[in-house]
Amino acid sequence: MGTGFFSSVDDVSAQLAEVGYLASTAVATTVFLADRLGKPLLVEGPAGVGKTELAKAVATVSGSRLVRLQCYEGIDEARALYEWNHAKQLLRITAGRDETWEDARTDIFGEEFLLRRPLLQAISGTESTVLLVDETDKADVEVEGLLLEVLGDFQVTVPELGTITATRDPFVVLTSNATRELSEALRRRCLFLHIDFPDPELELRIVKLRVPGIDAALAGSVVRVIAALRAMDLRKLPSVAETIDWARTLLELGAGTLDEQIVRESLGVVLKHQDDITKAGAGLKLDQVLDAS
Amino acid sequence: MSAPGVTERLTAFVQALRAQGIPAGPAETVDAGAALEVLGFDDRELVREGLAAALVRRGGQRAVFDAAFDLYFPAGVGVPELARDDRPRDLEQLREAVAAALAEGDQQALAQLAGVAVEMLGGYGAGSGAGGGFSAHQTLDRLQPQTLIVRVLAAIRAAGGGSDEGGEFTDRLTRDEVRRRVEDFRGNVRTEARRRAAEVRGRDRVAKHAIAPAADRVDFLIASRAQLAELRRAVQPLSRKLATRLAARRKRTTRGQIDLRRTLRRSLSTGGVPVRPAFRHRRPGRPEIVLLCDLSGSVAGFANFTMLLVQALRDQFSKVRVFAFVDSTDEVTHLVTAGVADPEHLGARILEEAAVVRWDGHSDYGGALRGFTGKWLDAVGPRTSVLILGDARTNGGDPNLDAVRAIRDRARHVYWLNPERRALWSTGDSAALAYAELVEMHECRNVQQLSTLVTRLLPV
Repeated sequence: MGTGFFSSVDDVSAQLAEVGYLASTAVATTVFLADRLGKPLLVEGPAGVGKTELAKAVATVSGSRLVRLQCYEGIDEARALYEWNHAKQLLRITAGRDETWEDARTDIFGEEFLLRRPLLQAISGTESTVLLVDETDKADVEVEGLLLEVLGDFQVTVPELGTITATRDPFVVLTSNATRELSEALRRRCLFLHIDFPDPELELRIVKLRVPGIDAALAGSVVRVIAALRAMDLRKLPSVAETIDWARTLLELGAGTLDEQIVRESLGVVLKHQDDITKAGAGLKLDQVLDAS
Repeated sequence: MSAPGVTERLTAFVQALRAQGIPAGPAETVDAGAALEVLGFDDRELVREGLAAALVRRGGQRAVFDAAFDLYFPAGVGVPELARDDRPRDLEQLREAVAAALAEGDQQALAQLAGVAVEMLGGYGAGSGAGGGFSAHQTLDRLQPQTLIVRVLAAIRAAGGGSDEGGEFTDRLTRDEVRRRVEDFRGNVRTEARRRAAEVRGRDRVAKHAIAPAADRVDFLIASRAQLAELRRAVQPLSRKLATRLAARRKRTTRGQIDLRRTLRRSLSTGGVPVRPAFRHRRPGRPEIVLLCDLSGSVAGFANFTMLLVQALRDQFSKVRVFAFVDSTDEVTHLVTAGVADPEHLGARILEEAAVVRWDGHSDYGGALRGFTGKWLDAVGPRTSVLILGDARTNGGDPNLDAVRAIRDRARHVYWLNPERRALWSTGDSAALAYAELVEMHECRNVQQLSTLVTRLLPV
């Protein structure tokens, strides 16, 4: 049971921090549990809080190979699991004209003609693996059924070859943006982690880490303004990715401190809707102060 | 399981979660047990996160989970011990201590002070005897933490000077930050009061009554202002989810007319045998929606929410028209469209700018329906789905069933969403069952029911 990458919750935080992923207690605890109990980890949360990054960081830390299955509408078994290489099979049949049908049949359904797709790749290697199933909610309901077998027992059944069972359980991360409710059966099999916006203290550390060279006071102001924006009733709340982008922009602009002018000019980096920008301008009282000065 | 009694505690906890609508089954309980075994009991926060990972299955359930967790795995028993000896003796000292902790943003001190405050101010009845208990409301009423904001601001200015950290621009944010801290402190007090009440009256009973339900299970008719605000914030994500569901339903065409040309082409790959027939794409008929909303009194919260939701779903329909009424009907489509930018004041603006109240502000279904059929009946056509929102309480007036019949005869579908419990229909002055005989009426008490109804009822 379990992948055995980590020895304790603190170990998770420390190791992830080394590769530039600062984890909250919730994240560290859940990753540790997923590691120990050998269960897949279902990560939900708003866009840009580091769901995909988490899987990448775990892969880097543990020195595993990262196998990624990007889900999209219409993804099917042939794209997710495996496919027979028809063209190559045809070539093989035409190449060996003299042999009997029996020989040809056993041969063309061999490993050589199997195209391994991410799910099969993840369970068939001998080295340690992190399997990332990204944006699971984009896939159709049928694909979930496929995932159930793979994630439940870490095995895949290919009718012509038999059942392939993982020699080494992969560490599985599924991410979802909750545009569609995932089925209860899939949720059952996973540990659930909801990553929300980090608290100001953690976000400050993230900004300092990801934007080296930023002034501590400026970073502090950025985080405070972002926190104020998140308290507003906006269409799209700024997430960590936007915070980092904004800090970078400000650094490029050479701003030492935040003032009305610079916030107003660079607000487009943080907010992506015109309504939101207007509303945020009113909320932060940008207009009033400009008029007064 | 190592520690004695933990299994019992865990199962009782899971029972409480189920009662609050978190469907944790035995498999989850086993996971939770395994998590506890791995994590140990040294760190309460780790236990909390571990259990959450195993038992919570979706976002939005976390607040309920946390409240229940604080009851079943409390940080301590009785009054929290303050590390320092100078425990506040009277109200003024307590307020002073709270203000200082707020200024520093010291979470731990605030949690402890919340405990002290509940002990000092929140007790009622005969101490720890039967009938006694602890009330968060009473504590907050006496403590008045919101009046501390000015004091806290002064303390922060005095301590930091404000100049070395970011300049005057961010100073403006401080007030909001302090306000949020005060709000958190109120949450602390509520948690503490629940914990103390549970010690007196038993955990299971408190868990049943004192934990606020998750936002999508809050009853529209009794939702507080804060809960309604939370619901409004949920409109956008919910509408996105519903749009996906509607789109999925639209796409799943496993019946209909065979598309001969595509079926033949597809059959070539199977040697000319049409194994998988191809169906003709059905043209997405984008239906028209007419909303007819009762905006009187308590029903208004429900109507406002639904208006915003339908407005957010407007790309799914070819036309959305919204009518509101109290005792007279008026079209408010333009107000709702504009109201998306400022949902909070939508209800007030409709009452102010549209002619929905003529007499005394009591709903008059008969008159309102007559007004609608008289003036706007041509808004309803054979492609229109009409949703009527209201509790069907006519205040004793004529229900005007003929008007409903007229609407029904013209429209493609008519549905009535009633925010009252089914058991209350046609009690008192409600004409619900009379209407229900004419059009399909559904109970729609919370967001959960509303979203199922929207995906099920709306034509695609």
